[in-house]
Amino acid sequence: MLKTTASKSTKAKTPKTPTPAGPKPSAQRTKSKLNELQRDLERKTIIMQGNEAVAYGALDAGVNFFAGYPITPSTEVAEILSAELPKRGGTFIQMEDEIASICAIIGASLTGAKSLTATSGPGFSLMQEGIGFAKITETPCVVVDVQRMGPSTGMPTSPAQGDIMQAKWGSHGDSPAIVLYPDSVKESYELTIRAVNLAEKYRTCVILLLDEVLGHMRESVRLPDMATVRVINRIKPTVPPHWYKHYDENQKYLSPLASFGDGYRFHVSGLTHDVHGFPTSKSGEAAEMMERLRKKISYNIRDLVQIESYEMDDAKIAIFAAGITARAAKEAIVMARYEGIKVGLLRPLTIWPFPDDAVRKMLRAVDTVIVPELNQGQLIHEIRRLTKDKSDSDVLTIQRVNGQLITPNDILHKIKEVI
Amino acid sequence: MANIPQKVVHQYLRHDKKFPHVWCAGCSNGIILGAIIRAIASMELDRDNLVMVSGIGCSSRMPVYIDLNTLHTLHGRAIAFATGIKMHKPKMKVIVVTGDGDCTAIGGNHLIHAARRNIDLNVILVNNNIYGMTGGQCSPTTPYGAFATTAPYGNIEPDFDICNLVLGAGASFVARTTAFHVVEMQNYIQAAIEHPGFSMIEVLSACPVIYGRLNKKGGAPQMMKEFRDNSLPVTAVDKLPPDQVEGKIIRGILRKEIRPEYCAAYADLVSRVQVTGGKNDAKI
Repeated sequence: MLKTTASKSTKAKTPKTPTPAGPKPSAQRTKSKLNELQRDLERKTIIMQGNEAVAYGALDAGVNFFAGYPITPSTEVAEILSAELPKRGGTFIQMEDEIASICAIIGASLTGAKSLTATSGPGFSLMQEGIGFAKITETPCVVVDVQRMGPSTGMPTSPAQGDIMQAKWGSHGDSPAIVLYPDSVKESYELTIRAVNLAEKYRTCVILLLDEVLGHMRESVRLPDMATVRVINRIKPTVPPHWYKHYDENQKYLSPLASFGDGYRFHVSGLTHDVHGFPTSKSGEAAEMMERLRKKISYNIRDLVQIESYEMDDAKIAIFAAGITARAAKEAIVMARYEGIKVGLLRPLTIWPFPDDAVRKMLRAVDTVIVPELNQGQLIHEIRRLTKDKSDSDVLTIQRVNGQLITPNDILHKIKEVI
Repeated sequence: MANIPQKVVHQYLRHDKKFPHVWCAGCSNGIILGAIIRAIASMELDRDNLVMVSGIGCSSRMPVYIDLNTLHTLHGRAIAFATGIKMHKPKMKVIVVTGDGDCTAIGGNHLIHAARRNIDLNVILVNNNIYGMTGGQCSPTTPYGAFATTAPYGNIEPDFDICNLVLGAGASFVARTTAFHVVEMQNYIQAAIEHPGFSMIEVLSACPVIYGRLNKKGGAPQMMKEFRDNSLPVTAVDKLPPDQVEGKIIRGILRKEIRPEYCAAYADLVSRVQVTGGKNDAKI
């Protein structure tokens, strides 16, 4: 995790930009926001939106290519990066749709860029085929999905946690996923950096899920000194071109990645391929490729999984919640503990791969589990899978899909129903 | 043209890896791949800085056979992937090989927007008037009245004039030729690669096994003869009476003009923003 320090932020060194008399009101709005941000950065502790935190996290992680398409509630990420990337020599392009956006970031990544796009539900659905392509071709990239209420156009400015399963299963075929889920503005910054790092390390498409309210919520954040930010870059091959395997099976499933233009002249295809990337229809090679995609994730669970355990030491009731719902749960726990009820929270920061072992171990200690979520039941299935020894009455859920959040009081009421 | 040794094609093929190829006997794709290779060879381009990107379809299988940086992408999306590559490494030459269904049906949006941006991609659009890989369904370029497996009673849709479409979208280099006119094709490919901006060459290709059989076109030689006899160079069009032009394939470079190229425009923007520290980045 990133350490928060009081030392001077590197961003404070960037020169102040006075407000220009720009012709477009939207551009002006972005500009004044940036100016405000830049001034605030010099004070180190700043007020920031979740979407802004994602944009600055991406820049601090070394992202130098963004292709996207406007969609509420994620658009601020594109707006900020359209202003910031050119200053740093990076590339911003607004594509014709979300399908083109995901394809462009994969293309850029194959030429060596650290690339990212940001979208919301409808755009995320359009990107699924491209996400599958990034996974099968093991091309690093990051997709930020600021979830809004669905299905379809739904409620564009209302929160929902309906994309949890889509983030894992959205693309056709089996494709293990890495999906991160922050619960605060500061964590949005940190997990954006982590998402970019994991994409580079594991050569895959990493998804960052954000809640609509988190994307637009402003909180005070102290960004860390750049010197303390850990940035991971992909491993480049050192072998001569004729020895290079684009999917080297001997490297603990984390194989070096050459870029187009490096002299390796490899082939990349969405077809099931051999270790060189050439299409194959041999069942042995196909099975090997699929196993490689699976093991790359399942052999590295310890590195990938992060969970937060809050007040769980003596808890008899556990709440399992992610993202913004976990914030409400924490508040509910404070209120319940004030009344002497022993309740705690388990919160996944990495939602896929699912933290099976950690959840199993900690849930063994409690009698009842409550799973509040802003959907019609997604996380609850994972918890039921892991709590087979508990009866249905011991695994409770709070579900809401009306555009409103689950409040601390809602959770407190549920806790009181249990005892 | 540089003096090319006899077997130049073999120097560029991954002949030890992925042959025999997937194409049917009589297919024009091999002729087109040959023309691309001879164009690259005669221009003496650095292979390490050449990328060939394709979508899905018969012609889109081309990259796997050629020893360049090669990317075989999703159906319809080759131009979108190519845009990412070109934007991140503008020094690379990016050739997109795509088909009529791939590029004008599912990928039509990317085609028109790349043309509008004038990004320096070289699109070689192989038009065989049908979906060959899936067995002969009608495409946006299947002629009115022609037969396809999904148009068993004749196609009732008018077909796209791809060159007009791309001209309308603002492409700065547009040409049309056929698989019969091999030298012309090679020259156009060279001109397109040299051209700074978006270029599209429509190559009419023969699909005797599927399109030809469904429409009683005869074999590959008959279809080639049709390309020869039923086409006119664009320079001859003005000199002929309209009734002799009607229904002919018009070959030639239909547009070649210099307009600001997208990657260069973006590089300008970056240098302007870096000099001013973002002061004037709201206006151009």
